[in-house]
Amino acid sequence: MPLLSIVTFLPLVGAAFIFLARGPEEIVARNARSVALWTTTITFLVSLLIWLNFDNSTAAFQFVEKVDWIGAGINYHMGVDGISMLFVILTTFLMPFCILASWESIETRVKEYMIAFLVMETLMIGVFCALDLVLFYLMFEAGLIPMFLIIGIWGGKRRIYASFKFFLYTLLGSVLLLLALLYMYFIAGTTDIPSLMKTGLFSAQAQTWLWLAFFASFAVKMPMWPVHTWLPDAHVEAPTAGSVILAAVLLKMGGYGFLRFSLPMFPIASEYFAPFVFTLSVIAIVYASLVALVQEDMKKLIAYSSVAHMGFVTMGIFALNTQGVEGAIFQMLSHGIVSGALFLCVGVVYDRLHTREIARYGGLASNMPKYAAVFMLFTMANVGLPGTGGFVGELLTLVGAFQANTWVALIATSGVILAAAYALYLYRRIVFGELTKADLKAMVDLSPREIAIFAPLVIMTLWMGIYPAPFFDVMAASVKHLLDQHQTALAAAKAIATAAR
Amino acid sequence: MTALPALAPAYPELWLALSAMALLMLGVFRGDGATRLVSWLSVAALAVTVLLITMQPAETVTTFGGLFVVDGFGRFAKVLILLGSAFSIILSLGYIRYERMERFEYPVLILLASTGMLMMVSANDLIALYLGLELQSLSLYVLAAFKRDSGRATEAGLKYFVLGALSSGMLLYGASMIYGFAGSTGFPQIAQILSQGALVGGQASIGLVVGIVFLTAGLAFKVSAVPFHMWTPDVYEGAPTPVTAFFAVAPKIAAMALFVRAILTPFGEIAHEWQQIIIVVSALSMLLGAFAAIAQSNIKRLMAYSSIGHVGYALIGLAAGTEEGVRGILIYLAIYLAMNVGTFAIILCMRQKDQMVEGVNDLAGLAKTHPGMALLLAAFMFSLAGVPPMAGFFGKFYIFMAAINAGLYTLAVIGVLSSVVGAYYYLRIVKLMYFDETAEPLAKPVRGELGAVMTVTGLFTMLFFIWPAPLLSMAATAARALFP
Repeated sequence: MPLLSIVTFLPLVGAAFIFLARGPEEIVARNARSVALWTTTITFLVSLLIWLNFDNSTAAFQFVEKVDWIGAGINYHMGVDGISMLFVILTTFLMPFCILASWESIETRVKEYMIAFLVMETLMIGVFCALDLVLFYLMFEAGLIPMFLIIGIWGGKRRIYASFKFFLYTLLGSVLLLLALLYMYFIAGTTDIPSLMKTGLFSAQAQTWLWLAFFASFAVKMPMWPVHTWLPDAHVEAPTAGSVILAAVLLKMGGYGFLRFSLPMFPIASEYFAPFVFTLSVIAIVYASLVALVQEDMKKLIAYSSVAHMGFVTMGIFALNTQGVEGAIFQMLSHGIVSGALFLCVGVVYDRLHTREIARYGGLASNMPKYAAVFMLFTMANVGLPGTGGFVGELLTLVGAFQANTWVALIATSGVILAAAYALYLYRRIVFGELTKADLKAMVDLSPREIAIFAPLVIMTLWMGIYPAPFFDVMAASVKHLLDQHQTALAAAKAIATAAR
Repeated sequence: MTALPALAPAYPELWLALSAMALLMLGVFRGDGATRLVSWLSVAALAVTVLLITMQPAETVTTFGGLFVVDGFGRFAKVLILLGSAFSIILSLGYIRYERMERFEYPVLILLASTGMLMMVSANDLIALYLGLELQSLSLYVLAAFKRDSGRATEAGLKYFVLGALSSGMLLYGASMIYGFAGSTGFPQIAQILSQGALVGGQASIGLVVGIVFLTAGLAFKVSAVPFHMWTPDVYEGAPTPVTAFFAVAPKIAAMALFVRAILTPFGEIAHEWQQIIIVVSALSMLLGAFAAIAQSNIKRLMAYSSIGHVGYALIGLAAGTEEGVRGILIYLAIYLAMNVGTFAIILCMRQKDQMVEGVNDLAGLAKTHPGMALLLAAFMFSLAGVPPMAGFFGKFYIFMAAINAGLYTLAVIGVLSSVVGAYYYLRIVKLMYFDETAEPLAKPVRGELGAVMTVTGLFTMLFFIWPAPLLSMAATAARALFP
């Protein structure tokens, strides 16, 4: 059974149903909502089958499907390993909450909105499942279209500026990836990812250029300092669910790309550029945290905190050791859930007061106790408090970085403190203090729908903090294989260099 | 008395020329009231021509003393040209009635122009090339000015005529230089002479190079590549919209195919002599097409700059000078045909209160008033910008593949960067349709044939990625014919 294709294209089927819906606007909107919810839920349930049948002991690609597509070495090739599988689950897990979060806040063009989200889901899952470079690129780039529309149509005041910036920035990064892809195809005669992972295909000089081209794309997507500036704009203007998807899944494509392509395919260049990535990462961690401290807008603050957290991820990946890489993957997963949840928290108050200005809030603890508790948990997870998912990933990436470079780890650790500063400061200004404003007093606590959204996220965050072993079991074999390959490639390159001398 | 040359390879051209004359007679006898009939019969004649072409044997055949060649490359380009012409006639049906330019000469002129284009594609000799080119051009000059009462249209026609004549002059001058220094006008003969030692130390004689430069300049004029593009925006804007749609598609494809054959067949051996010219022309076209379109407020003008940019991309394939490059060009042209025909079908639907409008801003809020049309136009725009999974992406993909394989890295980088700039103005149209509010909605009903054309081309553009193999393999076969 082609499980991966089913999971990937199920949302598209739902989108087709919504597309065909006709009738009065109100009924179409209601149907669109429920079809979208059902589709995403079923997709999630089906995707769980992948995890259930996943073999933890092997690093090979599983659930592989290969069908002739374009020909000449370009095939429709799908498959997951320990690195990509969890991202698929992350995507399918979050989608139903995105639909639920848009239940009431999206009032106009509901049909188109739901179609855009479902198409988006297909493309995101496709990115993580693709085992062909052209297929990957297709999914990777096509995702820009629905996101562009989501930000541009249902976004805030400066939505047009934000959507253009998002689109053009990301496109600029990825067109260079396209050229690198074509060069690799020229050299290897195939775009099959497993075949391209075989070491020794590309010379050291070619690796440098290819690495840079891939880096341009993934660094923008990640986003790394200094090409992160699209993210705060996009986050602020996107509707809540759009922000969730952006922070939880789209940003992970960058990190996933480094793990899937840069490391295994260009080992020499990865080693060579590791200090460069470290530098950008620590700058991102410290700079973005400081910028987050002074934000007046809730979403912007969380956006900058995302940039900082992604700094930990890139640092961990390029530490090039088990702790670093596993920590980076885990950090991406937990950040996916935590930052998604934080954007949902912002969405809750935004739906009620229609402003994201931090100064407008204060004292919500007294009339919204449940909200305060939920928000507290995710704030703590964002800081990296032990017992939450955020802690595990951050600790491991720091351990990994410490082995690679003490100074990097030292500076990065200061980011943890800064994170506590901005996150708690945000929490204090919104939840504590005097409840004075009349419109704030009128705000009601979480509705059953909102509780239904947050409960699974709370459980996940705590699970990932208290018992993260299942996640590490999944990725262990693949990460080990990745790093072994890396070491072999480096040794081979060294041997050649010595022989040449 | 010499024997009659073999006519079989030229049956499609003969059929098209004869049916054009027959339809002209029909029109004369039945008067302007028969325009619709003549139009549909013209479409039928084009369809039969396509059939005749597909029935031709697969090998390369020459006739008329080697002046005329029929090969896989030519057949592929001819089918595209005929499709473009047929679509243009269908697109114009409503317009010419509506704008009171319903005269039966219109479809007949398109048929004659198409005959010229088929000749161009099959030309195997500098003289045959010129004959085809002029038959095409003269018909096009008239078409541009077909709306006799419109000042803008007649201005466009005159401009096109003067500049076109100038470019033909340059082309002829180049041809005469080439003849003078190579001693032949036939493409294969020139290639043979060059390979037999007309080269001094690997260099062609300077006179021959000057000839190539002029020939290239003339051809660049016809495909509207920078720096010979100046006529394009004015002519596109001034000409009646269906004529612009025709200009944007069929003559472009014909001129591009001619360009490829006239450069690669005789001068393939001395690629280093002309490659740099094509590289510069290509890079400038892409950049100008991307930057100049940003400021346009008239959608036809915008499409003109867009087409200049697209010619730049197609020329990358020629600059590569390889079989892969030619394949890339052919794929690109096929996809370009679908995107442009579809876009112009939508432009032809832009009416407010019984008045055609051409402002980009008139598209504002289209997603609310015409959701289906907006969806299709958005698909065309993303496709023109080269965003996957739309067809336009695959066009660029194969072009850049050829560039990378030929080692043209700088050109490829310029190409992808200008495609990002270009994406901005395509996105602007999507933004207008989806993000902005309607000022004044466009008229509601969409004519049946326009709707059908835009749906067919739109579906092709959107769904091409599912099964691209047939077109790719056909283009590969066609490209192989040029490299025996």
